[in-house]
Amino acid sequence: MMPELGHYALVLALALGLVQSIAPVVGARTHDAALIRLANSTAIMQFAFVAVSFAALVICYVTSDFSVATVFENSHSRMPLIYKFTSVWGNHEGSMLLWVLILSLFGAMVASFGGNLPATLKAHVLAVQSWIACAFYLFILLTSNPFLRLPQTPAEGRDLNPILQDIGLAIHPPLLYLGYVGFSIAFSFAIAALIEGRIDAAWARWVRPWTLMAWIFLTLGIAMGSYWAYYTLGWGGFWFWDPVENASLMPWLAGTALLHSAVVMEKRNALRVWTILLAILTFSLSLIGTFLVRSGVLTSVHAFATDPTRGVFILAILVMFIGGSLALFASRASALKQGGLFAPISREGALVFNNLFLTTACLTVFVGTLYPLALEAITGEKISVGAPFFNLTFGPLFVALMLAMPFGPLLAWKRGDLLGVAQRLVAASGIGALVVAVVFAVEGGQSVLAPFGVGLAAFVMVGALVDLTERTGLFRLPLTTVRARASGLPRSAWGTAIAHFGIALSMLGIISAATWGTELIAVVKPGQTVSLSGYELAFDGLIQRPGPNYSEVVAKFKVRSGGRTIGAVEPSKRSFSARDMSTNEAALMTRGAGQLYLSLGDAGNDGSVAIRFYYKPMVMLIWLGAVVMMLGGALSLSDRRLRIGAPKPAAKSALAPAE
Amino acid sequence: MTRKQRRLVLIGASLGVLAVAAALVLSALRDSIVFFNSPTDVVEKHQLPGTRLRIGGLVKPGSVQRGDNLLVRFAVTDGKTDIPVRYQGIVPDLFREGQGVVAEGKIEPGGTFAADTVLAKHDERYMPREVVDALKQSGHWQEGEAKASGSAVR
Repeated sequence: MMPELGHYALVLALALGLVQSIAPVVGARTHDAALIRLANSTAIMQFAFVAVSFAALVICYVTSDFSVATVFENSHSRMPLIYKFTSVWGNHEGSMLLWVLILSLFGAMVASFGGNLPATLKAHVLAVQSWIACAFYLFILLTSNPFLRLPQTPAEGRDLNPILQDIGLAIHPPLLYLGYVGFSIAFSFAIAALIEGRIDAAWARWVRPWTLMAWIFLTLGIAMGSYWAYYTLGWGGFWFWDPVENASLMPWLAGTALLHSAVVMEKRNALRVWTILLAILTFSLSLIGTFLVRSGVLTSVHAFATDPTRGVFILAILVMFIGGSLALFASRASALKQGGLFAPISREGALVFNNLFLTTACLTVFVGTLYPLALEAITGEKISVGAPFFNLTFGPLFVALMLAMPFGPLLAWKRGDLLGVAQRLVAASGIGALVVAVVFAVEGGQSVLAPFGVGLAAFVMVGALVDLTERTGLFRLPLTTVRARASGLPRSAWGTAIAHFGIALSMLGIISAATWGTELIAVVKPGQTVSLSGYELAFDGLIQRPGPNYSEVVAKFKVRSGGRTIGAVEPSKRSFSARDMSTNEAALMTRGAGQLYLSLGDAGNDGSVAIRFYYKPMVMLIWLGAVVMMLGGALSLSDRRLRIGAPKPAAKSALAPAE
Repeated sequence: MTRKQRRLVLIGASLGVLAVAAALVLSALRDSIVFFNSPTDVVEKHQLPGTRLRIGGLVKPGSVQRGDNLLVRFAVTDGKTDIPVRYQGIVPDLFREGQGVVAEGKIEPGGTFAADTVLAKHDERYMPREVVDALKQSGHWQEGEAKASGSAVR
């Protein structure tokens, strides 16, 4: 009963989607207010039906209804409840249903909260949103139906891939999809603007909060995925330049560029054509990411079972939307009027610099990800493009971006004074240079790049703080004035400084963990002690422990530092009988911002076990930086929401009393 | 500065950055990509010792020998040709005899492949796609043996 209900609800959502694809467009043409308004209700009802469909699938999983094919394939009655729930999207069919659930959620949000949008623009946005939704409803119903029944009900399921039986599955995919799919709103706004042939600064103001929201989720989703891979794969890596990771990084880079160019458009009414193009490209990259992951052209952990018809179907969606939107762009872009003028050295110029480098960096990732596929298709030669390629291409571009980052917020709009800004950044560059010298001296000249990188991170961090102190007048003005200025400062200014600080934190963590991390691979016997970077690890022995749907071998270790026991760690290996697979549960011990990381290899016959032991200094900063970036974004978002209705004049807010 | 000059500056800067990026990409592609070979390819193409490459196939049953200090020796086979592999370190959880494996490293003058990375499949149902292709080439692949999709992860 439940699966049929879910299936039926999804078909109804498709029917509503088809209505919403056409009615508002016709309404906008014929000035029929009733047809235009219809889109509001259909968008909300679409979400309601997809939610019913999703809930039905959740119930199938939670009650272990193995008559449903995907539940049989991916669940097990003895699995803990949380994994029964998360395995809903731990497979191709369910993850696509989550995809459309989030897509329809965003549509419903535009319908509910877009009250201040011009009626026809809103109608077009909801129609475009529905075009995307219909394509994916059809994809699910025709090629990936999660509600398919088996002819006979098996007694037990085949279990979820043990690698996915982790709390990470509860967090990473939903966040990532909220980010990926969230960019669909920017896309729909861009297409709607092109259809209407009208675009202005107000457009950017409407699009920015949606883009910012998607960006926040994508940032968190990527960081969460990175941390999950770090602790679950057992060898301490946090980024693999795996094509699937690149597929999420590309929309992030383009989306970050979009955030910045939308600022120029909103404040100065310039870069309009470019911003529209970026909005289209960002969501196109999300679609390409979906294609890469879901079509099975890639070999990766993320490629669940594959089926060629699915790949062809998604490719068709991809060609239709990307091709169609770019064709529309080409035919309409020239009609858009030129925006405001600015000198190359100006805030706008700095944001153009940002866009130039972010999109070029995105392009290098694109080439590195797709070149092997293209080469294999053309010549049959199989190659792998790994970390060295990306370090050599993406790395230098990102360094240039970071170098310029503190200058941007300090430059004035229209025409900036580079010399003046450089003077204000003297402290930041001084501290940066000092850090380079100190790190170089302490390290003893082993590496030149690492001290420079740490210095660069320090420069960006201090630069972000300089921006805030300059604006609030800290150290120059009396404290009461500073406080008044600080509370009058737009939240987006705080957001910028905090987000820039965050990316520098992440950079610091990456450099530190990659350069000064130490590792030890050894075989230890009970009673034996090994040491690494001042930490001693004493092996007490192996014990067996049963789990709900697995059994595990746990290795008990004591950690000592400076002759004192500071704790115990218990890495383990779990064997899952249902799939004849095992997973490696690394043990982590956080020391300040660094971590000790211990994972197991094979056990010997004499009670010995092979271990990988890592010390990763400041590794936590990588993910902490992402959280800080997210906070910056959230702060900026809260500012926007206040301003969406009627823009407050800046002069007034500066005089407003402290909040 | 006129609108035209401003646009020229922008276009010039963009082209400059793109040119730098293109140069970076091309030089990186020349130096840092790794070609994939089946064991038969390695022998037939007479791969030079010292070239970095990836080989893939099945771990030959009965070939795995473990030495001191986590030294592992095994043979990778595509059913036609075997290549001896030497690896020092911890092999992945799903590294087993008769199962698919991908190794990255260099050929030593003696003909042994010195691997610095060994990848095994990550799910019992799938096999690395590269391995499937290598087996198909040598005619040792039966359809339906395992689904041709993969998840090779370190």
